[in-house]
Amino acid sequence: MAEMMAQGQQPEVVFWVGCAGSFDDRAKRITKAFVKILNNANVSFAVLGTEESCTGDPAKRAGNEFLFQMQAMMNIQVLNAYEAKKIVTACPHCFNTLKNEYPELGGQYEVIHHTQFLKSLLDEGRLKIEGGTYKGKRITFHDPCYLGRANNVYEAPRTLIEKLDAELVEMKRSRANGLCCGAGGAQMFKEPEQGNKDVNIERTEDALETKPEVIAAGCPFCNTMMTDGVKHFEKESEVKVLDIAELIANAQDL
Amino acid sequence: MAYLDNIFFAVVLALGVGYFALNVKKLMRNIKLGQAVNRTDNPKARWNNMLMIALGQSKMVKRPVSGIMHILVYVGFVIINIEMLEIVIDGLFGTHRVFAFMGGFYSFLIGSFEVLAVLVLVAVVVFWARRNVLKLGRFASTDLNGKPRSDANIILYFEIVLMSLFLLMNASDFWLQQAGVSHYVSAGSFPVSHFISPIFDGLNEGTVVLLERTFWWMHIVGILIFLNYLYYSKHLHILLAFPNTYYADLNAKGKIDNLESVTREVQLMMDPNADPFAAQASTDAVPAKFGASDVMDLNWVQLLNAYTCTECGRCTSSCPANQTGKKLSPRKIMMDTRDRLEEVSRNIDANKGVFIPDNKSLLNDYITTEELWACTSCNACVEECPVNISPLSIIMDMRRYLVMEQSAAPQSLNAMMTNIENNGAPWQYNQMDRLNWKSE
Repeated sequence: MAEMMAQGQQPEVVFWVGCAGSFDDRAKRITKAFVKILNNANVSFAVLGTEESCTGDPAKRAGNEFLFQMQAMMNIQVLNAYEAKKIVTACPHCFNTLKNEYPELGGQYEVIHHTQFLKSLLDEGRLKIEGGTYKGKRITFHDPCYLGRANNVYEAPRTLIEKLDAELVEMKRSRANGLCCGAGGAQMFKEPEQGNKDVNIERTEDALETKPEVIAAGCPFCNTMMTDGVKHFEKESEVKVLDIAELIANAQDL
Repeated sequence: MAYLDNIFFAVVLALGVGYFALNVKKLMRNIKLGQAVNRTDNPKARWNNMLMIALGQSKMVKRPVSGIMHILVYVGFVIINIEMLEIVIDGLFGTHRVFAFMGGFYSFLIGSFEVLAVLVLVAVVVFWARRNVLKLGRFASTDLNGKPRSDANIILYFEIVLMSLFLLMNASDFWLQQAGVSHYVSAGSFPVSHFISPIFDGLNEGTVVLLERTFWWMHIVGILIFLNYLYYSKHLHILLAFPNTYYADLNAKGKIDNLESVTREVQLMMDPNADPFAAQASTDAVPAKFGASDVMDLNWVQLLNAYTCTECGRCTSSCPANQTGKKLSPRKIMMDTRDRLEEVSRNIDANKGVFIPDNKSLLNDYITTEELWACTSCNACVEECPVNISPLSIIMDMRRYLVMEQSAAPQSLNAMMTNIENNGAPWQYNQMDRLNWKSE
């Protein structure tokens, strides 16, 4: 972003990578897949790189409003300095926080999830999706809570999966009734409370009931939780857990 | 002497309505113990929510069996209460079926009331069976042990008795009309109760008149008792669902409010020109504490939520933590909030209008930290609630108290927060490595 600014350019969109997308080895593959699609579609985009910092979502949901607002105000200063207008992110938690909680603190941007952005590229004819490797495969989509219930985005990821000529199979609990993967509300960063099962196991059972070849996710944390769930049932050789961006990049052989 | 009945009726009515009014006043006082929150913006969307969700029951039918039967009971109760108007006028002025002059329309009204009464009876019996015979998970749950379970059944018995009295009253009235007893004008159609009226055959007119009067009186007195039972039960939702849906949060469910008191502090910290001493002068505007440990720290809409909750348990049955055996139950969060608020209310009543600290609080004495930390903030409970209650907002406010006032987060979360403070990510990675993915 700094480089573009120095050259007097404004990108079409700022790609907010997020902590998982920057540091987590699995999520980095999602980041790279998404970047490949953006490059392939000739989208002018920028990342904040080392100037990006945690949105503060996990701190806020853990109850630390101070830390959240500190992070928010620092990020807003950076984003406003670069005159960011449109932000795309592959993390529904970053998406929700930037979209809903930053405006009151002075950060007003058009914030979209990467599945929404890819759908708009598709609608504008800038992105072509062909089934390729996924033609006819059974794919089930796990709704991330912070994309679905929290922000009512249910259709964009489904449209993209259908464009892969795949067979989209719904779990018994989907869309507004979707079950959480167990990572939200800062649970990702702590051990679960005493119970008789882990939430991700319960959710992976829902997914496996649909006999899928791929469990599609739209969130790096859901991705981790579902991957762990699939491993728990020792199904990792039959069932892959992939982000929508990875599905599209793979289908296009990018 | 002839007016004795009417005077007695007026006294009973005044007592019933008056005592209820006193409790409504108390209810409003208790709700106002909550913190201020502005929920008057966008009245159009608010009216729309109230019409669709409370009046139109749009969220109830997400579970079709209970949803449709609930609509029967709801429509039945609302419409049959039109009959109340006639009963009150008859009672006060000594008339009988004062609306009979409406003729065909009156017959239609009475006829439809009777059909609805039967449908209500059927639905209520099914509801009873779901709780006591089928023992559905959300009704068998330990959340409801003790009073809440008997409360739910008492309400169902009440409804059975009231509907039966209504039909018996009509049946005896119909019998007297047929017998041509004076005062019993021939009016109304009785599609259901004319099947019941033969049970009075063989009795003399005087006895049936006595029975008719008994049913009539028991019906109206029963309704007044039921009205006054509301405040002591979970059944307040029949009234509070309306304000509750009106004042519900209109923002995207994912949005958690930004604490303004924190915003002020953070702005002071980040503004190099801020004068820390000038800021001191305005500290009276800063609330005594961050987050909530007791009901008075919650906002008034959250307290209204607590009184509105009718313990249906749809929230808990959809909660991922609860489904996997954790202690958290969103329904219990609401019940605990209400029970603590009632305890505070009794304290205020006993101490001449002032709350005397009782060394108890919503946190720990009612809701444990284990419940609070089990929440994934997934909003399933908020989505499910048929009247737009948000247990999640209470959980979040209590977490805020634990973290910002007591520094009592689980160790692993403290580590996560330290990482964010030190290196801008929840994990311990170097901020300077953020772009490494580019070249990997």
